[in-house]
Amino acid sequence: MNVEGSRLDPWVDSYATRAKNLSASAIRALFAVASRPEVVSLAGGMPYVQALSMDDMADIAAQVVRDRGPQALQYGSGQGDVALREQILDVTAEVGVHAHPDDIVVTTGSQMALDLVTRTFCDPGDVVLVESPSYVGALGVFRSYECDVVHVAMDDDGLIPEALQEAIDTARAMGKSVKLIYTIPSFHNPAGVTQPAHRRAQILEIAQRAGIAVLEDDPYGLLGFEGEPPRALRADDDQGVIYLGSFSKTIASGLRVGWAIAPHGVREKLVLAAEAATLCPSNYAQLTVSQYLATQPWREQIKSFQEVYRERRDAMLESLQAMMPTGTTWTIPAGGFYTWVTLPDGLDATAMLPRAITELVAYVPGTGFYVDGQGSANMRLSYCYPDPDRIREGVRRLSTVVEAELEIARTFGTANGTPGSLSAFGESSTPAPDLA
Amino acid sequence: MTHQHILVLSGGLSPERDVSLRSGRRVAEALRAARPDWEVTEADVDASLLANLREHRPDCVVPLLHGAAGEDGALRDVLETLDISFVGSDSSACRLAFEKPVASSLISGTGIAVPEFVVLPQSTFRELGAPMVMEAVAERIGFPMVVKPTRGGSALGVSIVRTAQDLPPAMVSAFAYGDTAMIQRFIAGTEVAVSVIDGTDGPRALPAVEIVPEGALYDYLARYTAGTTEFFCPARLNDDTTAAAHEVALTVHVALGLSDLSRTDVIIDADGTVWFLEVNVAPGMTETSLMPQAITAAGLSVGEVVAAFIAERK
Repeated sequence: MNVEGSRLDPWVDSYATRAKNLSASAIRALFAVASRPEVVSLAGGMPYVQALSMDDMADIAAQVVRDRGPQALQYGSGQGDVALREQILDVTAEVGVHAHPDDIVVTTGSQMALDLVTRTFCDPGDVVLVESPSYVGALGVFRSYECDVVHVAMDDDGLIPEALQEAIDTARAMGKSVKLIYTIPSFHNPAGVTQPAHRRAQILEIAQRAGIAVLEDDPYGLLGFEGEPPRALRADDDQGVIYLGSFSKTIASGLRVGWAIAPHGVREKLVLAAEAATLCPSNYAQLTVSQYLATQPWREQIKSFQEVYRERRDAMLESLQAMMPTGTTWTIPAGGFYTWVTLPDGLDATAMLPRAITELVAYVPGTGFYVDGQGSANMRLSYCYPDPDRIREGVRRLSTVVEAELEIARTFGTANGTPGSLSAFGESSTPAPDLA
Repeated sequence: MTHQHILVLSGGLSPERDVSLRSGRRVAEALRAARPDWEVTEADVDASLLANLREHRPDCVVPLLHGAAGEDGALRDVLETLDISFVGSDSSACRLAFEKPVASSLISGTGIAVPEFVVLPQSTFRELGAPMVMEAVAERIGFPMVVKPTRGGSALGVSIVRTAQDLPPAMVSAFAYGDTAMIQRFIAGTEVAVSVIDGTDGPRALPAVEIVPEGALYDYLARYTAGTTEFFCPARLNDDTTAAAHEVALTVHVALGLSDLSRTDVIIDADGTVWFLEVNVAPGMTETSLMPQAITAAGLSVGEVVAAFIAERK
């Protein structure tokens, strides 16, 4: 008789503690269905890259290889291409960020910058303050470095300064070291809200007084639907704020080019950390972006993206207003990709997802944007990728799902809801890129 | 038999799509390794499938769809209509096996122990009042109990309920996967899966796989995260109990008219009684699935076994 059991993974006892919770998730598996064309996916945060001229992009790619092939196909600087870093400053000037090209570290998407900053600042147990809810990809990074992630309350104007101060005081009273304040001030993912100028000033003041670095994540800053782009936090504090930017939403996510702008000392560390992680970002991708910025009317293209997303946002909000059952509320995004929906009392968005998938509509349950089980009554809906007709159809399907779920909640008296799972994607787990 | 065109079907729209895709890839690779002279292709089940089947008519289809459509007989009905040969049980057998209450009732009729259960659609709770219905169910079945959707696999929507307070959320969870739920007495014991394959000498039980999950439930995480469940194959059972478990699986396979392969999940209580839980007509074939472990323990390979089914079909 075989008395030796098998766990089907010979390395299971060799993994680091932090890898223990990298596990399969039924909710995550449901998103395999969401990729099917029959399903209206209001889940993914995929930019609508079809708005680009593919002929132009093909020409740019060809030019890069033909004219600068030996450089494009070679290793490059760990800090990133110098010319691109200068061009990035033209882009960040739109949100009031001015710096020296040496202050920039080009990364493989701003997700990598998040990783580099966290590994540079945080030891296990260090506190990172994040919004409530917060970007799921950032939560995954913070937890992979075993940070103590603490959510701080938001309202329709984003992070609440008084709550931030209280969170700092509470953590310090417990003897904890607070290392970072992570915030998405403009067109928040997933909440869809934007910090007004006066609140940004308050947040900076609190951070400065407490001596805590602000990690400002600004991938959507140029994708506002009205007026000028919001002024970045970094524009008013070049020593206390580490600014993360990305071309994923303003050009194309597949290029994987992002950046960090950091104070001198931090930047030096980030460059060394980046070299340890990947040696250098892709030269080919950097030169493609550089060529695009040099030869294409990128400001006009961003306006074109704004128009696309504004139309889709309108379709989403009008559909929600027309079709969702009473008791459902949502935020009104002035830019970006997302609205944050709160379901009627008693409904659990995570528990409801299988029914939604059966009805061929997908969303991201709110629990994915928290580390502590909050968010069961919430879901993130994105309007960036489906066209307006698909958005309307998706919301129609979703409204029938919510109605059915309301009936079940009424039947079983689960009006106060049931506790959500710890995270919709499993602990310490970042969702698939197209869901982030 | 050369230049056979074998089509492995996986994916579909069920909540088990991801598992099915993994099963499909694994079996396709195994078949290619076992029979390099065959052309093995893979396809999803979508609107292009029928046109694909008509245009590139395969010699045999290997359906590895889990959940509805894959296991409820619908897809196999289509293949039968098109007169395309396929591996596995026919549509009518699938219909019996896939509906857990139907299969349980039939198996109970053969004398095999089946935990007491009730089957209730959502509408019954709504029309009669959920508190009263749940109270009646609790009195009849008792705690702990298992609540699950009547259809589907991978333990999706399955809960072990230990108190009356936990019953409403468990019902909500089950109804997220279907309109009817099965509420069954919980049997404490050793969880075992017995795979059956048809051979030239008739159906044969493969070594039983004993399942020891880290937590209380062999749930989705425990099923598909390598390292979170310990398996013993053959199961740590005495000879008599092993024989009884094999006999149950063979009886289920024959009684439901299943073909080629099946996997019967049972619980063996402290007295050695083998309790039937459910049967799968398209068992998972992923890296962490149970049937491939049983095949390996029997000294066979997944590719050889599936190739033999195909050869038998021709």
